[in-house]
Amino acid sequence: MGERKPGDRERAITSVAKTSITDSGEKQHTLLGADELILNMGPQHPSTHGVLRVKLKLDGERVIGSECMIGYLHRGVEKIAEHRTYQQFAPYVDRMDYVAAVSNGLGYCEAIEKLLLVEAPVRARVIRTILTELQRIASHLLWLGTHALDIGALTPLFYCFREREEILKIFEKYCGARLTTHAFRIGGLQYEAYDTLEKDVERFCKNFESRIVEYEDLLTQNRIWLGRTKGVGILTSAEAIAFGATGPVLRASGVKWDIRKAMPYAAYDQYKFEIPVGTAGDTYDRYLVRMEEMRQSRLICLQAIENIPSGPILAKVGKVLKPPPGEVYHSIEAPKGELGYYVVSDGTVQPYRVRIRPPSFVNLQSFDRMVRGHLVADVVAIIGTLDIVLGEVDR
Amino acid sequence: MFLHSGRRGCDRGAYCTGSMADEPKEQQPSAPPAGEKPASSPSSASAPPAKPAAPPPPPGGVPAKPAAPAPPKPPVVLQTPLNNELVERVRAKFGPALVEATEDRKQAILTVECARLAEIALYFRDEEKFDLLSDLTAVDWPKREKRFDVVLNLYSFAKNERLRVKARAGDGEEVPSLHGVWPTANWLEREAFDMFGIVFAGHPDLRRILLPDEWKGYPLRKDYDIIEQDTAWVKENLGIESGQ
Amino acid sequence: MQAVTQGTIEFLKLYWAPLLCGVVIVAFLPLIVGYVVLVERKLMADMQARLGPMRVGPHGLLQPIADAVKLLIKEDIIPEDADKLVFWLAPVLSVGAALLSLAGIAIGPAFQIAKDINIGILFVVGVSAMGIFGIVLGGWASNSHYSLMGALRSAAQLVSYETAAGMALVSGLLFAGTLNITSIVEAQRQQGIWFGLLAPVAFFTYLVASIAETNRAPFDLPEAESELVAGYMTEFSGFRWSLYFLAEYTNMIVVASVATTLFLGGWLRPFPRTQWLNFLDFLPPLLMVAIGLYCLVRVPKQPARVQQFFMVAVAGLCFFLALVLAVPVLVPVVNPSLAAGVKPLYEGIHGSFWFLFKVSAYLYFFMWLRFTLPRYRFDQLMRLGWHFLIPLSIINVLVIGIAMIVGTYLHLEGWWLLLATLPASIIALLIALFILAAEQKSGQQQAGGAASDSYAG
Repeated sequence: MGERKPGDRERAITSVAKTSITDSGEKQHTLLGADELILNMGPQHPSTHGVLRVKLKLDGERVIGSECMIGYLHRGVEKIAEHRTYQQFAPYVDRMDYVAAVSNGLGYCEAIEKLLLVEAPVRARVIRTILTELQRIASHLLWLGTHALDIGALTPLFYCFREREEILKIFEKYCGARLTTHAFRIGGLQYEAYDTLEKDVERFCKNFESRIVEYEDLLTQNRIWLGRTKGVGILTSAEAIAFGATGPVLRASGVKWDIRKAMPYAAYDQYKFEIPVGTAGDTYDRYLVRMEEMRQSRLICLQAIENIPSGPILAKVGKVLKPPPGEVYHSIEAPKGELGYYVVSDGTVQPYRVRIRPPSFVNLQSFDRMVRGHLVADVVAIIGTLDIVLGEVDR
Repeated sequence: MFLHSGRRGCDRGAYCTGSMADEPKEQQPSAPPAGEKPASSPSSASAPPAKPAAPPPPPGGVPAKPAAPAPPKPPVVLQTPLNNELVERVRAKFGPALVEATEDRKQAILTVECARLAEIALYFRDEEKFDLLSDLTAVDWPKREKRFDVVLNLYSFAKNERLRVKARAGDGEEVPSLHGVWPTANWLEREAFDMFGIVFAGHPDLRRILLPDEWKGYPLRKDYDIIEQDTAWVKENLGIESGQ
Repeated sequence: MQAVTQGTIEFLKLYWAPLLCGVVIVAFLPLIVGYVVLVERKLMADMQARLGPMRVGPHGLLQPIADAVKLLIKEDIIPEDADKLVFWLAPVLSVGAALLSLAGIAIGPAFQIAKDINIGILFVVGVSAMGIFGIVLGGWASNSHYSLMGALRSAAQLVSYETAAGMALVSGLLFAGTLNITSIVEAQRQQGIWFGLLAPVAFFTYLVASIAETNRAPFDLPEAESELVAGYMTEFSGFRWSLYFLAEYTNMIVVASVATTLFLGGWLRPFPRTQWLNFLDFLPPLLMVAIGLYCLVRVPKQPARVQQFFMVAVAGLCFFLALVLAVPVLVPVVNPSLAAGVKPLYEGIHGSFWFLFKVSAYLYFFMWLRFTLPRYRFDQLMRLGWHFLIPLSIINVLVIGIAMIVGTYLHLEGWWLLLATLPASIIALLIALFILAAEQKSGQQQAGGAASDSYAG
C-alpha cells in the first residue's frame, strides 16, 4: 500500500461507480443522478455462451445501452473456402455452428448440389432429413439446458444432456463422429444407414415424448420461470423482420415462416408438421416455440423412419467437382434460423466465393434492441434466448 | 470474363499451393454431371423465366458461357436474361439504373446502379414487399473495372420469393448504406467493410466487426494472401522470416 | 486450599471449557462444512441423473479433504487496485460473524458454548447478520464491477429479508415468552407441540427469509454465477474464497438451527409429551442399524478392496452409533430403577440426534430448492420481500398475538391452542395473498408501462 499515490483509490472507485452529489444537476439523464456504469461481460463470462463480449452501459442495474463485440472466434472460414476444393471445404462448415453440425453440412451440400445441378437420391434425402431433425432436437436441447442454467435452474441442463447424448450416439453410430459429423457428402451420403438406425431413432422418439414433459414440468408453469421470461426481451414482428431475425426468434414474434415449409428442401415436403408461432415475441414465447419445435421434429423423425425408400444414396457426381460458372443462394432452416450459402463458381475445382449467412450473427443484432431497459439479470436471459453459437457468429 | 487468370494470378503462398493437390486430376475429363437435369432443385425460383428476347441482356459481368475446360457437351446456358413483371416494373421506375436482369439456376438476379442502391432497396422493401434482407455481402472481381459486387439477398414473405440484387462498386467507391432501410444491414455492412474494405456511405458506425481494429488489409479480397498477416506478424514480433 | 481448587475449577468451567469448545468447533467446522458440501453435491448429482464426485475415496468420501487442500495451497491473488486491508479483513469478518453466532446455538440441553444467554436467539440472529459487513466490504474492496454489484445486491437483500425473518421469529417467540434458547425448547416440551405447527405462517416466512439471508438459490443473486460471475466473491480465490464459502455454509447451519430451535422443537423428539408415541425413541438406533445393514449388503458390490473395507468401516460406525443411541432407551426397559440415572444421557444423546436430524432436514430442503428452481430477478426478489413477506409477517404477528389472547382467555393449552392459531394463520395468509394480488395487478400495469416506455426509442 505504501507506494500507492493518494489519489489512486479515489480514481479507481470513480471508474467503478460514484454517485455524483456535487454536480447532480448535470446528471439528470439517469434516474439516481449517478454516473453510468460500464460493465464488461465476456469474453470470459459464465453465460455469454462462448466468447461473446458485451459492453453494457448501466444505470444501477438497468441497461441503458449495449454493444456486442464479436470476432474472438473468427477463423476466416470464407477465405479458407476459396483455397479448398468443394469437397475439402465440407468439413469446415461443421465447425461453424458446432452444436448443429449436421444442419450446416446439409445446407452446404445442398447449395453445391444446386450449383452442380444435381439432386441427391430420395433415400439420401430422407436420411438427411432424419439426421437433421435429430440435430435440431439436439441443438434445442443444448439451448434449453444452458438457457435454464443462465436463469438459475441447474437441473434441466443435465436432463437435456442425457437426451442429447442419445442423439449423439446415433450420430456416432452413423458416421463415427458425435459433434462435427460431416455426415453428408455432396450428392447424397457417403455412408449407408446402419442396420438399426430406424430402431434407434424410434426408441429415442418414444422416450423423448415423456422426457420433454419432464422439462416442461420443471419450467413451463414455474412462477419464477414465468417471471424471468415473460415480457423480457420483446421483439415485435416488424422489428424482428427489420433486424433480419429468423428461425425461432422470428416465429416467436408471430411471423409464421419456416423455410422447411416455405421452400421445402431435403424431404420436408413429404412430412406433416406444424410451425409453432408465438404472439408476444418475448423470451417465454421463444421458449415455447422451441419446445414445440422439438416435438414437431420428433414427429418428423417418426414419419421419416416409417418409410425410408430404398435405392442409391449418392448421386452421380464426379470425384472432381467443377460446377459450371455461376452462382447460387441456398438456405435451410437451421436450428438457429436461416442458414444460407451463397456460392459463386468460376468453373474450377475451388469455389470462387462462399458466403455463409449465419443465423446467429444476424439474430444477435437484435440483442441491443431487446436488452435496453432491462436488468443485468435479463441480459443473460436474452443472450440465452437468442440461442447463439459463437463459432457461427464469428466464423 | 470470369478470368481464371484473375484468380490464379493472385499471389498465392505455399499454403495455397498445397491445397491444390488434386489439380492433376482436374485434367481428366471427368464429365461434370452438370446440366442433365437443370430443372431439378425444388427451389426458390422467382416468376417463370420469360425467355423471349427481351431488352438488353448481356453487358459484361456474368457470362452466359460454360466453363472453359468443359468437355464437348452441349453448353448448358445457366445464365439467362430475365424479363418478368418485376423486372418490367423496376425498369419502368428506374430505367437505366437497372443495369442487368438475369437468372442463374432459376434464381433471379438484378444488377443495379450502385449510386441509387438505397433508393432501389427502399422500393423493393416497400413496393415489392421484399421485406427481409436475408443477407448482404460482396464478391471481389479484381480484374474488373469496378471490382466489387455488393450482393443483397432479399426475401418476400408475401410472395415467398427470393431476389438477389447486385451493385457494382469500384475500390474506394462509396456504396450507400442500407442501414436506414433494413437495420440488419448494420452488421452485415460492417462485415463487408471488414472483409472487403467497401465503404458504406451513411453507415452510423462503420468499424471492423470480426477482425481486430488494428488489422491490416481486407482478407476476402482476392489479392489478399491467406498467410500475409501471419508472415507479417512473425516478422514483426519474432524478428525472423516466417517458416511457412 | 480447597477453596482455591474450587475457584480454579469454577474459573476453568466458566472460561476455558467454552474456549476449548470454541477451538474444537473452529477446527472441525470446516470439515463438517466440507461434508455438507459433499452431501449437497451428491444430492444434486442424484437429482440430475449423474454420480457426482466419485474419484477421491470410495464414493468420493474424501473429496472435501482434497478440496480443502487444493484451496489452501492455491495462489493467493489480491487484485492490484483492491483495498488490500479491507480485502484481507472482509472474509475474516464474514466467517467470524458466522462462527460467533454458532456459540449461541444449543445442540442439546448440555451442548451450548455460550450457555444460557438470556437474549439467546437475539444474539444469534444479530451476530449472524453482522456477516453482511464481510460481504459488502469484500465486494467494495475488490474494486470490480461484478463484486460491487454483488455487494450492493447482498446489502439490499439482507436488509429486506432480515425484517421478515425477525418478524417471523417474533411470532414464534410469542409462544415461548423468552429469548433464552433452552427455555424456548422447554416451552415447546411443556406445550407438547412444536411452535412451527402453532404458527405455520411464521415458520414459512422464516424459511423463505432464511434462504434469502444465506444467499441460497433461488435467492442467490449476490453471487449469481450466470450474471455476476461470482458476485462479491469474484476477485477472491484460494483460502479467502474458502472463508466466504465456510461463512455461507455456517450461516446455513445457523439459520437451520434457529428454525429448529424455535419452530421444530429443538432437541425434542416429535410429540415429546405423548406417552403412547414413546416407541419413537427406538427409531434412531433402528435407523442406524438399518443404514449399517445397508452398507454391509452393498459391500460385495464395491469394485475395489479399499472401498469394501471402507463400507465395512461405515457400517461399523453406524452400529456403534446405534449402540450409543440404544443404551439410554434400553436401560430403563431392562432396569426401570436406572431410568432417572440415564435421563441426562438420553437428553444428551437423543437430543443431539434429533437436533442434527432436523437441521439436516432443513438443509436438505435448502438444497432441494436450489436444484429445482430458477433464480429470481433482483426486482422480483425485492418485490417478494417488501410486498409479500414483510406484510405477511407483520400481520402474522398481530393475528398470532390476538390468538394468544383468545387462547389464554379460553384456557387453551398444547394442541388445543391450534384452535385459535390456525384460523389466525389462515387469516394472515389470506390478507397477504390479497395484498400480493393487488400488488401484482398494479405491478403488471407498471411493467406494461415500463416495457412500452423502454421500447419507445
